[in-house]
Amino acid sequence: MAGDRGWQKWKWVLLFLLPSLLGLTVFILYPIISSFWLAFNDWNLLSPPEFVGLANFQELFSDPSFWSALRYTLTFIVLYVPLAFVLGLGLALFLNHRWRGILVVRAATFLPVVASWVVVSLIWKWIFNPAYGLVNFALKWVGITGPAWLFEPQTAIYAMVITSVWKDVGYIALLNLGGLQGISETYYEAARIDGASRWGLLRYITLPLLTPTLFFVVITLLINYFQMFEQVWLMPMRDSAAARQVSVIVSEVVRNAFSYNRMGYASAMSWVLFGLIFMITAVQLRLQKRWVHYATE
Amino acid sequence: MSRKAWFVLLFMALLVVAIAPAGAQETQTIRYFTFSAAPDHVEDLNSIIADFQAANPGIEVTVETAPFADYFTLLQADVSGGSAPDVFELNYENFVTYAANGALLDLSSSISAEAPYYPRALEAFSYDGMQMALPESFSTVLMFYNSDLFDAAGIDYPTAEWTWDDAKTAAAAIRALGDDKWGVFSPVQFWEFYKKAAQQGECEFFNADMTESTINSAGCVQALETMVSMMTEGLMPTTAQMSGMSDSELFLSGNLGMIVTGIWMFGAFADAPFAWDIQLEPAMNQKAHHFFANGIAVSATTDKAEAAAKWAEFLTSSESAATVRVTTGWELPALNQPAYFESYLTQTPPANRAAVFAALESPVTPPVIVRQNEMQDAVNALLSQVVDGTLSAQDALDQAKAELDKLVQ
Repeated sequence: MAGDRGWQKWKWVLLFLLPSLLGLTVFILYPIISSFWLAFNDWNLLSPPEFVGLANFQELFSDPSFWSALRYTLTFIVLYVPLAFVLGLGLALFLNHRWRGILVVRAATFLPVVASWVVVSLIWKWIFNPAYGLVNFALKWVGITGPAWLFEPQTAIYAMVITSVWKDVGYIALLNLGGLQGISETYYEAARIDGASRWGLLRYITLPLLTPTLFFVVITLLINYFQMFEQVWLMPMRDSAAARQVSVIVSEVVRNAFSYNRMGYASAMSWVLFGLIFMITAVQLRLQKRWVHYATE
Repeated sequence: MSRKAWFVLLFMALLVVAIAPAGAQETQTIRYFTFSAAPDHVEDLNSIIADFQAANPGIEVTVETAPFADYFTLLQADVSGGSAPDVFELNYENFVTYAANGALLDLSSSISAEAPYYPRALEAFSYDGMQMALPESFSTVLMFYNSDLFDAAGIDYPTAEWTWDDAKTAAAAIRALGDDKWGVFSPVQFWEFYKKAAQQGECEFFNADMTESTINSAGCVQALETMVSMMTEGLMPTTAQMSGMSDSELFLSGNLGMIVTGIWMFGAFADAPFAWDIQLEPAMNQKAHHFFANGIAVSATTDKAEAAAKWAEFLTSSESAATVRVTTGWELPALNQPAYFESYLTQTPPANRAAVFAALESPVTPPVIVRQNEMQDAVNALLSQVVDGTLSAQDALDQAKAELDKLVQ
């Protein structure tokens, strides 16, 4: 390569980075900057944007649909995150065994992760169908009349949480499995020699040494689920009460931008969502000192 | 390539450039954007275009189509990006938004006086005294009924004079035929609500100058209660009871006595395995029927205004376009020319096609505001809470008033 220092080097670096930098600038950086500017404007796409100062933010904080979307998002997270976390950990501990055929099981648990949400929601809409779905069929067997699941807002949330956990648990398990396999066997050997029980191994070796991974899992789950969208957009049954009442923050953003033509308002909402995620992540970074142990060799 | 070959190529290229403007001197190309043509009526549209181009040499029409679900997103992107199509289709609900934002060209001076539009339809597409679009087609909603189920229940077919009480009595008789048989389906949503409001007669969504909502008046509450009563009295299935089946699928299955739906379903119901017909919708205190209209607008930014207006007028009012629409079952032209509709009236089923035109005697257009979609979503969300019993009709409409007041501020 011609020249490996100073300007000569940077010229080459820049040249090779250019294609992705260009994409980044046009499709990510520019939209981010313009959405920030739009948040202070009223823009319906048809006439030029009009500067309105903080009016969009003021409206946002007194907008009942925003608050109900936020409430729904938070409720969803409260139901989803602990369940996904525990099951993801449990599955990882199970998959960490070196049994015959475990590779097939590992691959199978990852299938829902790579499936598209459109496909997943179609499948689960069948499973949750009140008249001929598997869930209510099974409930009927034990003498329970199942609810209308994806037709009612009160039950739709449980159906969507279950579906989301099913779809994500393979990914969480994979992350945890990576963490588990990074724990050196020597710790276990030493502990076993000292007479530690299986529970002791899990409690005092596995879990503490897995905390960096668990921390990463919790942070990404929270970030992803504040931005949840696909399941809420796809799963409630058409024309049902659930479809008309359920909304999360991102679906409010989409609705305001593309159905109500309120680009400025939607941008303001996106920035508030960003602020929210930023704050929660910052708090977690602070709290991690209390429970995350980074192994120091 | 040799130098000589280059010269020959260059010469030919120059020749093409020199000749082309001479041949195309008069040709103006108009971009037309539509949602109603694809996928079923593209050929029909092409035949209208062929007639237009034959009558107007020098104007060429190119067509772009999009499905309705994506159409308005694409149109907005085009308009805001400064590349609006010269001529485009608009439904009545979106018309006001585009007219209010100055995206449409005033066509008042360019339409010929003899174009036989329905006056009511023409009036629907005027804004601030200007003719901002031309009515292209209309549609309405009627009561479809399964004659076989009426026979099985031993009751008379619906008449034009029916009220909703008559319909509910008939629905109860059909419901009694079996657990899987339902009496009636008339969805509880925005579109049905403003029409039922008109049937009630004392319910308006807004006051006369559109500054305040009156959707929580006693008349509106009564209209909504009548709508919901069909469900609470067990004559009409809830969406959960339908388990994902659509209302038209339920009708086609032969298990539904009456359905309130659009005349665009004639084709879908044509091969139903039972006898069916249509009738005017029952009344509460008076008759009221939807008047849905699509219009054709010319972009305010077009540089081919005259040619674009000519195409808009041809597409909406020419005999050629009207004949193609009627014979192919592609919506009805909004024209006051009974002769154009003769072939339509003689097709069956349904036998009672005259009801389509009888419905035009009591037309209702939707309440339209600039923030239309927000109004529809807000009203639909509240109506669904009345259906599932979490809100009373009065509470839901009180909340609706508060939200609508904000939207017209």
